[in-house]
Amino acid sequence: MATSIMRQSALRRLTKPSILRASGPGLMLAQRRFVSTENLTPAENMALLNTQREKRPTSPHLAIYQPQLTWVASGLNRVTGVALSGALYLSAMAYLLHPVFPAIDSAHLVQIAHDLPVWAKTSFKVLLAFPFTYHTYNGLRHLGWDMGKGLTIKGVYATGYTVVAATAISTIYLAFFV
Amino acid sequence: MIRPATVLRSLPTPASTSRSFAAVAGRSFHASASTQLATPAEAKPSQIKEFKIYRWNPDTPSEKPTLQSYKVDLSQCGPMMLDALIKIKNELDPTLTFRRSCREGICGSCAMNIDGVNTLACLCRIPKDTAKESKIYPLPHMYIVKDLVPDLTLFYKQYKSIEPFLKNDNPPAQGEFLQSPEDRKKLDGMYECILCACCSTSCPSYWWNQDQYLGPAVLMQAYRWMADSRDSYGAQRKEKMQNTMSLYRCHTIFNCSRTCPKGLNPAMAIAKMKLEMATES
Repeated sequence: MATSIMRQSALRRLTKPSILRASGPGLMLAQRRFVSTENLTPAENMALLNTQREKRPTSPHLAIYQPQLTWVASGLNRVTGVALSGALYLSAMAYLLHPVFPAIDSAHLVQIAHDLPVWAKTSFKVLLAFPFTYHTYNGLRHLGWDMGKGLTIKGVYATGYTVVAATAISTIYLAFFV
Repeated sequence: MIRPATVLRSLPTPASTSRSFAAVAGRSFHASASTQLATPAEAKPSQIKEFKIYRWNPDTPSEKPTLQSYKVDLSQCGPMMLDALIKIKNELDPTLTFRRSCREGICGSCAMNIDGVNTLACLCRIPKDTAKESKIYPLPHMYIVKDLVPDLTLFYKQYKSIEPFLKNDNPPAQGEFLQSPEDRKKLDGMYECILCACCSTSCPSYWWNQDQYLGPAVLMQAYRWMADSRDSYGAQRKEKMQNTMSLYRCHTIFNCSRTCPKGLNPAMAIAKMKLEMATES
């Protein structure tokens, strides 16, 4: 027993310094502090917090977020809705200018449409058909959600791609075959 | 560092001492192997990947936020984005600031925007493609305290405002509230939320109206208490949502469910809440 203790202490003398040498500098480095703290009263603390809060930037959002069907489709729904209602109000109110510009009446407008070249008529129809069909189909999608249907990621993507496909087909049909 | 000495003390017999000494020496040597060996035993081919990380320092507030580039060898780094961030902080730049704690997706501290998607850095694998850099931003449209640390004060205040606790004026005379397995099941997919704020800060509605709109995370917790059969304040909880901003700024965009790192579905909870408020009462 005594010899074992002797050997252990001998071992310790042998191993310990080397362990210390191996780990010493690392330990010292980890414990050294490069920053000192200062004591602040609660009032000073709040003042510092408020000066920092004043200057905090807002992190980037729309520009850095990955384009996903979810929010791109939703944004498009808003844009097409605004465009459609805007077009409706503006074209209806244009008739108010009839006393000033007698050219604004239905007969003249029909004549203008008749005289337009085919490419112009087709592009105009695409411009109208796309927002109209997209907003309609996506509106149906929203009604489904409001009834509690298709409220999973799978459902959202399935109906989303369906809306995109249906919009493409019906836009082409309305613009080129009607 | 004390471990070798501990092992020494537990040496069983003098006979085995010499063998154990070799083992101990080997172990103490092994503990510092990384500093003493010139090259690792099996040198993996290095894979240098570039990380571009959003930086802003409150001590120099007039300087605009910038993206700082760091190059990390993926063969010497753990598989997750958090491993890369910790490696950068340890070895390249100790001033890089971010929140982290559990490193296993249960604390929600390391929520950030990685390659355009809100997620937890500890649950997000580093893409193996070293040709493409990875961009790391803080959670979108939040006030930034420093680097990747957003100010979540308002988020927590909103959570507090929905009274996220059981409210019932008629507790059972003795024992605890009882609940049928079916009623308990209604809470699945909602109680697991860790409030990391990934969903709320992915929501465009929350970006534009966070001063009044509660956002998906808080609304799902609001519904979690409405749906709880043990809570008797459902009507009052719903009454508080009856205004144009708190709840109805949700336009069913589904960014929240798409991005939730725990796979929960806040959009569905909000839709159910709307449906209940429209059909009941």
